[in-house]
Amino acid sequence: MKIKKNIPLIDQHDKLGFWGGKFGGSYIPETLKKPVNELTEKFKKLRKNKSFIAKRDFYFKSYIGSPTRFIKLDNLSKHLGGAEIWAKVVSDANGGAHKIYNATVHALICKAMGKKYIIGDTGAGYAGKMLSMAAKKFGLKCKIFMGAKDIKRQKPNCDAIRKNGAEIVPVTTGSQTLVDAVSECMRYWVSNCDTTHMCVGSTVGPNIFVKICGWSTAQISRELKAQLILEFKNIPKKIKLINCVGGGSSAYGFWSEFIDYPKTQIELIGVEAGGPKNSKLHAAPLSRNAKLGILHGAASYVCQDKEGQINETESISAGLDYPGVSPIHCFLKDAKRARYTYATDEDALNAYKLVTRFEKLNPSLEPSHAFAEAIKIAPKLSQDNMIIVNSCGDAKKDRDILKQRLGKK
Amino acid sequence: MNSPIAEAFIKANKNKRPALLTYTVAGDNSKKKSLQILNAISNYADICEIGFPHNTPIADGGQIQTSAYRAIKNGIRISDVFDIVSIYRKNKNSKPIILMGYYNMIFQYGENKFLKSCKNSGVDGLIVVDLPWPENKKFAKKCKNNFIDFIQLISPTTSFERLKKIIKDSHNVIYYISMLSTTGGKLKVSPKEILLNYNKIKKINPKKKCIIGFGITEKNISKLKSSDGLVVGSQISKEISRSLNNRQNPVTNVSKLVKKLKNKIL
Repeated sequence: MKIKKNIPLIDQHDKLGFWGGKFGGSYIPETLKKPVNELTEKFKKLRKNKSFIAKRDFYFKSYIGSPTRFIKLDNLSKHLGGAEIWAKVVSDANGGAHKIYNATVHALICKAMGKKYIIGDTGAGYAGKMLSMAAKKFGLKCKIFMGAKDIKRQKPNCDAIRKNGAEIVPVTTGSQTLVDAVSECMRYWVSNCDTTHMCVGSTVGPNIFVKICGWSTAQISRELKAQLILEFKNIPKKIKLINCVGGGSSAYGFWSEFIDYPKTQIELIGVEAGGPKNSKLHAAPLSRNAKLGILHGAASYVCQDKEGQINETESISAGLDYPGVSPIHCFLKDAKRARYTYATDEDALNAYKLVTRFEKLNPSLEPSHAFAEAIKIAPKLSQDNMIIVNSCGDAKKDRDILKQRLGKK
Repeated sequence: MNSPIAEAFIKANKNKRPALLTYTVAGDNSKKKSLQILNAISNYADICEIGFPHNTPIADGGQIQTSAYRAIKNGIRISDVFDIVSIYRKNKNSKPIILMGYYNMIFQYGENKFLKSCKNSGVDGLIVVDLPWPENKKFAKKCKNNFIDFIQLISPTTSFERLKKIIKDSHNVIYYISMLSTTGGKLKVSPKEILLNYNKIKKINPKKKCIIGFGITEKNISKLKSSDGLVVGSQISKEISRSLNNRQNPVTNVSKLVKKLKNKIL
């Protein structure tokens, strides 16, 4: 499996939508063929349309607040010794996480397609919150599908969704988390695809949704590249880009500009959710070698049993609590361009404690998984190494969990 | 020689009525009960569709989801599904069997091994919900080589151009999805409109048998009886759920329901 140079990774798929010949595709019911094809055609045109791009850039800047900060974590670096640790503070973005990029682009596409209704899934509630924000901003009616378990544990985001005027549809089937929310959202789309646009909250789902999401979050690495050049005049020689991976939208966005660089110069490290320590349940299909399977319209490595029933997963971070992963991360793994590992719930909590002790930064439990890996490897690296962590979400939504687990207010 | 599925249509259409296809989830609510249900409804149904339960069914509504979760919770494995089929097929009164499910289950089992098990147990046709045309071309061909009818799905959103291509690649039977919905939704288009689309399909190739499903219940089935065949699924799942909730025997209740359905299309 080989990655081509000078072509965005999201476009390196074959005619049927497969990356590396086997990841991705569009395993969808016949009813969705037409809306998916229409969306594919529309997106193909829009991404070449100068006025659409100008609109996107305008809203990225004026509404999302791009660029987000790129900062050195001096105290944390000193405490750990070894590599310099930096953070791309994507949680600066309007709404507090990277999900706003995809949500904004989907709202713009929805408008361009002349549809008035938009639906989306959410796990941590960020994708839902951002979609409800974007829907409000662009005058669209919005429904958010969310697992009943997640509604309980991510209350602050649910409050925000409702405040934005969107309806939350609780999903009570299966494990009552993101996996069931995505299923229910797709089912709703099957029934309402003539009037409604669907936004998939990450780089997962049928081929076109992977592409749109990746195209949207790629803004993160465009900014980072410019910021690196501004800071160092060149791209430094030894960089490690560490990102948490659930579906994989922030990781792809964080990496996309750097995939063509040699691995020796820029290493890409994805950190999945290992779940509670000693638990068999995890949400780490890449790092724990799950089998190839089909979930939510695409082929990827999926946590599943021998017969293809999808496993329940367990993670302290609702945003990573998903049994599948983006086909483009499967491709990056098998092409050996990125390395994937996992952090347990406890690792993430400890990382959160350490980061907040030393820095004015409040990473949510998702990027805390990435910080856990940074904290683990930094002391072993010499000072000419640079670790950059994508701090892609803010911990406000984790208020209740943090209070319960750490006694924090 | 005609396939058993084709024979079932000939027999029903000779009596100037559509074939009645029932859909039940294998193992709902247990292996034994689901076999008893199949045996009982064979007095009225012409073809039995059997779903192999999957826990992320993206095209099924609440009723069939409930049936599938119930079956999985009771420990149904794919081997049990094939067991059910092969035991059922030993019944002299048994009807042709169409298995219906999601592609991941076939993918994990292995396409070739799956088709072999289909053949050995007596499966006559397959419907794979999330493997649309043209993605299904290769697998559909494999089915044909194994004398298993791969049933192509068509929906109201299918364009005319696409329709022609799908029909050209189809085997004996085409399944027309009545409306934009998951299974078991309320019929939100008129039977007249459904038949209009149905006739468009038939016009392209009158030889292909076209069955209609999604949203069909005893309330509306008679209005669609000019078609080749009609599928009822969710109402049966609902009846099983209702029976279990009321501590009644689902076998007798489902059997009564299917008898009623049959009487409506005579």
